[in-house]
Amino acid sequence: MGAASIGHRSDSSVRGRLVSDGRVRLALGVLGCVALVAIFAPMLAPYDPRLQLDISHLQSQPPSFAHPLGTDTFSRDVLSRLMYGTRVSLTVALVAVFLSATFGTMLGAIAGYVGGAVDAIVMRVVDAAFSIPAILLLIVVIALWGNLSVVTLTLLLAGVGWFTISRLVRAETLAIRDADYVVAARALGASGWRVLTRHVLPNAIGSAVVSATLSVGNIILLEAGLSYLGIGVRPPTPSWGNIIEEGSTRLSDVWWLTLFPGLAILVTVFACNALGEALRDALDPRQLLPAHDDAPIRMNG
Amino acid sequence: MRRYLAARLLQALGVVIFVTTFAFVMIHLAPGDPIAAALARPNITDAMRQEWRTAYGLDRPVGEQYVRWVANTARGNLGFSFSHRRPVRDVFADALPNTLLLSGLGLVLSFAIGIVVGVVQAERPGSGRDRWLGRVLLVLYSVPDFWLALVILMVFAYRLPLFPPGGMTDAVMYEYLSPGGKLLDRARHLVLPVMTLAILTAAGVARFQRGALLAVLPSDWMRTALAKGLSWRAAVARHAFRNALLPVITLFGLAVPAFATGAIFVEKVFSWPGMGLVVVNAIAARDYPLVTAGVMLLSVLVAACALLADLAVAAADPRIRLG
Amino acid sequence: MTPPLLEIDNLHTFFYTDNGVARSVDGVSLHVDAGETVGVVGESGCGKSVTALSILRLIRPPGRIEAGSAIRFEGKDLLTLDDKAIRQVRGNRIAMVFQEPMTALNPVFTVGDQIAEVARIHAGMSKRDAMAKAIEMLRLVGIPAPEQRAYEYPHQLSGGMRQRVVIAMALVMNPALVIADEPTTALDVTIQAQILELLADLTRRLGTSILLITHDLGVVAENCSRVVVMYAGEVVEEATTPDLFAHPHHPYTEGLLGAMPKVGGTAERLATIPGTVPPPTVWPAGCRFRERCAYAWDRCATEHPPLYQIAEGHVSRCHLAAEPERRAHPHQPIAAQPGVTAA
Repeated sequence: MGAASIGHRSDSSVRGRLVSDGRVRLALGVLGCVALVAIFAPMLAPYDPRLQLDISHLQSQPPSFAHPLGTDTFSRDVLSRLMYGTRVSLTVALVAVFLSATFGTMLGAIAGYVGGAVDAIVMRVVDAAFSIPAILLLIVVIALWGNLSVVTLTLLLAGVGWFTISRLVRAETLAIRDADYVVAARALGASGWRVLTRHVLPNAIGSAVVSATLSVGNIILLEAGLSYLGIGVRPPTPSWGNIIEEGSTRLSDVWWLTLFPGLAILVTVFACNALGEALRDALDPRQLLPAHDDAPIRMNG
Repeated sequence: MRRYLAARLLQALGVVIFVTTFAFVMIHLAPGDPIAAALARPNITDAMRQEWRTAYGLDRPVGEQYVRWVANTARGNLGFSFSHRRPVRDVFADALPNTLLLSGLGLVLSFAIGIVVGVVQAERPGSGRDRWLGRVLLVLYSVPDFWLALVILMVFAYRLPLFPPGGMTDAVMYEYLSPGGKLLDRARHLVLPVMTLAILTAAGVARFQRGALLAVLPSDWMRTALAKGLSWRAAVARHAFRNALLPVITLFGLAVPAFATGAIFVEKVFSWPGMGLVVVNAIAARDYPLVTAGVMLLSVLVAACALLADLAVAAADPRIRLG
Repeated sequence: MTPPLLEIDNLHTFFYTDNGVARSVDGVSLHVDAGETVGVVGESGCGKSVTALSILRLIRPPGRIEAGSAIRFEGKDLLTLDDKAIRQVRGNRIAMVFQEPMTALNPVFTVGDQIAEVARIHAGMSKRDAMAKAIEMLRLVGIPAPEQRAYEYPHQLSGGMRQRVVIAMALVMNPALVIADEPTTALDVTIQAQILELLADLTRRLGTSILLITHDLGVVAENCSRVVVMYAGEVVEEATTPDLFAHPHHPYTEGLLGAMPKVGGTAERLATIPGTVPPPTVWPAGCRFRERCAYAWDRCATEHPPLYQIAEGHVSRCHLAAEPERRAHPHQPIAAQPGVTAA
C-alpha cells in the first residue's frame, strides 16, 4: 500500500467528514450571510449610517418598523450602522489574520527547518509574547500613539496574532523535517527553499488553516474589545465594538444599542470557532480509529 | 528537578525583562515624551518643560535612562500619575487588592465549574450531554467578555434590579450600615462581576479539561485499569482524572492572562475600582506612566502565575519531581 | 470430558471506521484447558490482540463484538454478563499482561498503589493490607527491595522491572487464566527470556493457564504446549507445538517457520513471505493468503477454505488438505511477481 494511496484516501475522507459535519454547514451559512452583508452593505442598508435622521431631537428610538434595530443616541439607524460596522470589523479581522497567518507560517516553518539559534530566538520571543495578554500589548501601543487609522490598527492586530500559528507550524515542521522522503529530497539535492515549499509547508498547512480560522474569531473579539475601550476603530466610523460602547452608557433605557451588535459578534465568532473545530476534527480524526490493534511487528527496523 | 527549576525561573525572568524593556521602548518611541504629554497645557512655557526634563533625566542618553528606569522599576518606583496626582505605586496599592479579590473568587469558581463540566462531558464522549454542553461552551467561548458583562448588568441590575449596577459598596448608604450589613453590601456588589468572570473562564476551563481527559482516555494504562476490573467511571475518576489534572494546573497559569483581560472589561463595566479600571481610565486620561506601569504590573503578575502553575505541576508530576 | 477453561466460539469483532468495516476478528474459535499454555501467533494486524481484548470485553467503540460470538469461561458466557459481573472476572479470574510495560502503568501512581488497587477492588482489602499484599507480590516476581520499590513510580523502574510489576499485578488474585499480549516484545532480548521464565514458573506453581499472544515462534516453541496460528482475522492452523514445528501444514505457517532465525537475532524475521496482510476492511473472497502463497491455484481465489482436519488435534485452513498433490508444484506468489504491489 503506497503512500500515495494513503494520502488520497485520507484526503477524500477529510472532505467527507467536513461535508457530513452539521457544524460546517451552519458555520459556512452564517459566515456567508455575514460576508454578503459586509460586501453589499451600501445596497442593503436602509439609511446612510452617518445620517442623523432627527437632528433636532437626537433621541434614540426603540426598534420599530422603520428602524428594525432602533436608532442610536445620535438618531442614526442602528441596522445601517451595524451593516457598515460588519464591513469594517470583518475586513479588519480577515486582513489581520491573513497577514499574521502568512507571517506566522513562514516564520514557524523557517524556525523549525533551520533550527539552531534562529529557532531558539523565535521561540523565546513567542514564549514571551504568549505570557502577556495581547490586549495589554495593544493597549500600551495604542494609548501611547494616540489616534490610529484603521490600517494601522489592522497591522497591530496582525502583529499580535502570529504566535500560535508559528508555534504550531514549527512543531509540524520539526515532525516532518526528518521524515524519510524529506531526507531523500535533500539527499537528491533539493534546495532548502524547495524542500520547505514542496514538502514542509503542504504538511503544515492543515494546522495553519485550523489555527487561522480560530484566530479570526479571536481577532474579531480583540478589535471589538479595543473599540469598546475607545481605542480601536473610532467613531464616527461604525464597528461592532464602538456601537456597543456607545450603548453601554445608556444600558438602562437604550438596550438595543448594546444587544444587537453583541449578537452579531457572538454569531460570527461562534461560526468561526465552530468551523475551526470542525476542520481540526476532520484533519485529526484519531479518536475515530480503532482504539486497539495489533502492535506493529518489529521488522527490519 | 533543580535544573528544571532554574530553567523555568530564568524563563520567567526573561519575560519580566522583555516586558519592562518593551514598556521603556514604547514610552521612548511614542510621539513626544512623558513631560510633553503630561504638561501640554498652554500656560507652561518651554523653559519650564526643559527644566522638568532635566529634573527627570530625560535629556540623558537613552542607555543611561534605561538603566535608571530599570533600577527605579525594580525599587517599585513606578513614576507619578498625572491624573491621580500621586505616585503610581500608591494608586496600585489601592487598586491591586480589589482586583485580587475579584479575580481570586472568579478563578476558584470558574475552575470548580469548569472541571466538573469537563469531566461530565469526557466521561461519555460523543454522547448527547457531551454534545449539548459542548455547544453551550462554544457559545460562551465566543461571547465578547465586555458584552456579556453589559448584558448581565442590563438584565440583573436594570431590568430586574436584583443587584447593584456597579462599584464595591453602596455609594450613599455604606457608611451607615451595621458591620453585617456592610459585609452583605460588599457581597451583593461582588455577585455580578464574579459571575461574569466565572462564566467566561469556566467555558475555557471546561473545554480544556474535556480535551485533557479525552487525550488520556486512549492510554494503555486506562486499558490496564479496566482489565483490573475497575468500572469505566472509576477508571476515569481515578486514573484519567489524576493524569488530566496536570495540564489543568498549567491552564491555571495560562488562564491568568485571560483573567487580566477579562478583569479589564469586567472592572470597567461594573465600575470595580481595580487595576483594570485604573488602566482603562488612565488611557482616557492619557496618563502614560500609569498605563505603562499598569500593563507592566499585570504582565509580571501573569508571568508569576504561569511560573507558579508550572512549579505546581512539577511538584504534582512524579516524572518531573523525581525524574 | 471436562469442558475447557476458556472456549472462544466463532468470535467476530468488527471496527466500524470511516474507511469501512474492519473485520479484525472474523470467526475465531479456540480453547484453553486448565493449566495449559496456548500460543497465538501471527503478524501484525492478524487480529490476535483484538481476540485477546475481546475475551475481557475491552473493545472500545468503534469496535464491537458481533452477535453470534460466544466466549465461555468457567461455565459462563462472558459476552452475556452484565457490567458488574464482567468486572468481577477482569483482574480476578482472568488477568492481562500487556505489551508495553511503560505505557501500561499509570505514570502518576506508585507501582505499589497500582498493584494494591487489584486487591482492593476484588478482595475488598484495606489500604494498608492491600499495600502489604502488593509488596508480597513484588517480592514474588523477584523485585529486590520491594518495600522501597512499591513506593516508586513507573518511570523510576527499568523496562524489565516494570514488566515484573505488570505480572505481579496480574497474579494478585491468583487468576485461572492470564492473557499475555506480547509480554516481551518491548524488552531487551536478555530480559525477554527472564520475564518468560518468570511467567512460566509462577503460573506453573499457581496452576494458571496462559494465553500467550506473540509474533515470535521462538517464544511459542519454548513456552506453549499448543499453538494457534492466526492470519487475516482467522485461525489458519492449530496443532500441538511439536506437531506444528515438525509438520506445518498451512503455507503461512511454513513461511513463518522458514523465516525463523536459526540462532538468535531478530532481523528480517518474516522477510521470506512476500507481500503484506490485506487491510481488514477488504478481506479477499477466497483464501486470504492466496496472493502471498506459492501453491495458490484457481480454487483458492473462489472458495474460502474451511478448517480441514489434518491429524488428531491438528487443523489447517488450506485446500492443500484436499489436493495434497499440488504441494509438489510451488510457483512464484502473486505478491512477489514484478510490477505487482499489494492492494
